[in-house]
Amino acid sequence: MKRRTDDVTAAAGGTSGRTPNARRRGRNGEEPMVPRATFDSYYGRPVIKAPGWSARDIAGYFFLGGLAGAGSVLAAGAHLTGRTATATVMKLSSLAAITLSAAALVNDLGRPGRFANMLRVVKPTSPMSVGSWLLSAYGPCAGAAALCAATGRLPRAGVAATGAAAVLGPAVAAYTAVLAADTAVPAWHGVHRELPYVFVASATAAASGMALVLAPSCESGPARCAAVLAAAGEISTMSAAERRLGMVAETYREGRAGRLLRAARVLTVAGAAGAALYGRRSRTVAVGSGVMLLAGSACTRFGVFAAGVASAEDPAYTVRPQRAAKDREGLRGAAGCA
Amino acid sequence: MTHHLLSGPEHDPARDAGHENAPPRVGFFTDTSVCIGCKACEVACKEWNAIPEDGMAFTGMSYDNTQGLGASTWRHVAFVEQSVPTGGGRTRLPLVSGGGTGGGEVRWLMSSDVCKHCTHAACLDVCPTGSLFRTEFGTVVVQDDICNGCGYCVPACPYGVIEQRPSDGRAFKCTMCYDRLGAGLEPACAKACPTESIQFGELDELRERAALRVDQLHKEGVTDARLYGHDPQDGVGGDGAFFLLLDEPEVYGLPPAPVVTTRDLPVMWRHAATAALSLMGGFALSFALSALPARTGRTRTGRRGRA
Repeated sequence: MKRRTDDVTAAAGGTSGRTPNARRRGRNGEEPMVPRATFDSYYGRPVIKAPGWSARDIAGYFFLGGLAGAGSVLAAGAHLTGRTATATVMKLSSLAAITLSAAALVNDLGRPGRFANMLRVVKPTSPMSVGSWLLSAYGPCAGAAALCAATGRLPRAGVAATGAAAVLGPAVAAYTAVLAADTAVPAWHGVHRELPYVFVASATAAASGMALVLAPSCESGPARCAAVLAAAGEISTMSAAERRLGMVAETYREGRAGRLLRAARVLTVAGAAGAALYGRRSRTVAVGSGVMLLAGSACTRFGVFAAGVASAEDPAYTVRPQRAAKDREGLRGAAGCA
Repeated sequence: MTHHLLSGPEHDPARDAGHENAPPRVGFFTDTSVCIGCKACEVACKEWNAIPEDGMAFTGMSYDNTQGLGASTWRHVAFVEQSVPTGGGRTRLPLVSGGGTGGGEVRWLMSSDVCKHCTHAACLDVCPTGSLFRTEFGTVVVQDDICNGCGYCVPACPYGVIEQRPSDGRAFKCTMCYDRLGAGLEPACAKACPTESIQFGELDELRERAALRVDQLHKEGVTDARLYGHDPQDGVGGDGAFFLLLDEPEVYGLPPAPVVTTRDLPVMWRHAATAALSLMGGFALSFALSALPARTGRTRTGRRGRA
């Protein structure tokens, strides 16, 4: 339970370097009767409320939705280039992933019986409304594509469904970043420009991983290539996100989120390297790399989710950036008046 | 013209939400300088709205055992104990004498917090079911027969007001006593407040009254007095419930400069669209690159992994 000394420097332009004790309290279960010397907060209590979403359901959905959406693009590419086995398994994987996603989403509702209310209005200001409509369009396409591929029936309808799923899939993979970023959660909203790129890179890694696990090695060229692109994309967009966040980036480096995101980096890079170097020659390496890519993608989503919760639970991450912004504005205002 | 309804000044949110012939926008002005911490507002709110009990605990946070706003707490009285230098230039509201010599004094700040009924309400913006809506009075209310407990409003609120009730699943918050407003009554908390710390009325009039009050306090030497949430130019377009505070907002657990998250939504959608296209582009590139070695493989054997 160290307090980092860089807090004081991180607070430059903000309030004093006094720090809150919220995180500390949470860990030892010991609640001081009087707040420790803090930057000014109300007894170290959070200013905003952390999402009540369960990590399994919602971070799990971010992962599964990405796997499904990116998988549909990979499936369509495989379909187009005559990699039939890959196309079929990826269509089935997308159907399975999106079905599990829907189950997770309904399960996370406070009133699961009212899930149909999600389609009561169309509301572009609500990423969840947009997402519900996207899923209700994408799900049937993914389902039809998978069924046609698996049964060999209605090939033309299968092609149409495959194409539609490939167009809607990237939207399914990308919008979840807006869903998270369109909140007051500092670690999510702060990276609202970068998060969509992180999420699509992570989705690409997951879909490539799934293809490496399921599809024959002779067809896995594109998946291996995509895995390398995804790993490079994820590493670079994550570091851009952390740079953007300033002191809030701590939430991406510490605690549960830090552990998950470090694991994600190792798994994704190792998976992509394994796939690129030995994925064609060894089926075992291909499967192992695929599993690592899938695990890495899941760790990224659960890590970003955990970072968001951590940033909401500590008032410092809400107050300090706002203070700094307010002070900057004050300076600008003063300069304007003079 | 860059005007849109996601952020910035908006004179008449009720009309912009589609209420024709809407009555004047109403709100709360909570003047914390006269709050005595009696919690009559908390009790009146619970009673009138039939809100269930949500935990009995001694927190050690001064006289505050309520802790914060939530699904079952729609008014919350904060108690802040501060040491201030004796006779210093700070607010002269000594409620407890420090005793002894040179110990300074303890200043006790009390403030009744409530949903801000933002001009640009993030909870309302992100609600996927349309359960949260803008009333004809310009307030923000949850329709409990529609809410499906998705919980999106909870992290969207920049003030940490709205919350899901664990025993119920749905989200709840202050309605500014929508039922009472409809019957021409003032909200229960304002009715119960014995010191007129909680003032209810037309928002424009409350803003004028608040400006006079803060001037008066400044003249009396209470230089720390400042308004919070009154400014239509702020990050949420001004609050329907605003405050006169005697210290920085964060001292009371309020965010110093909240911004409605949906202000940035157009930017987010643009980046998401670009990201979605880049996902497609990434796979297109992967298929193209893996086609290359097959074609040129005879002349360039041994060059793999060009990505």
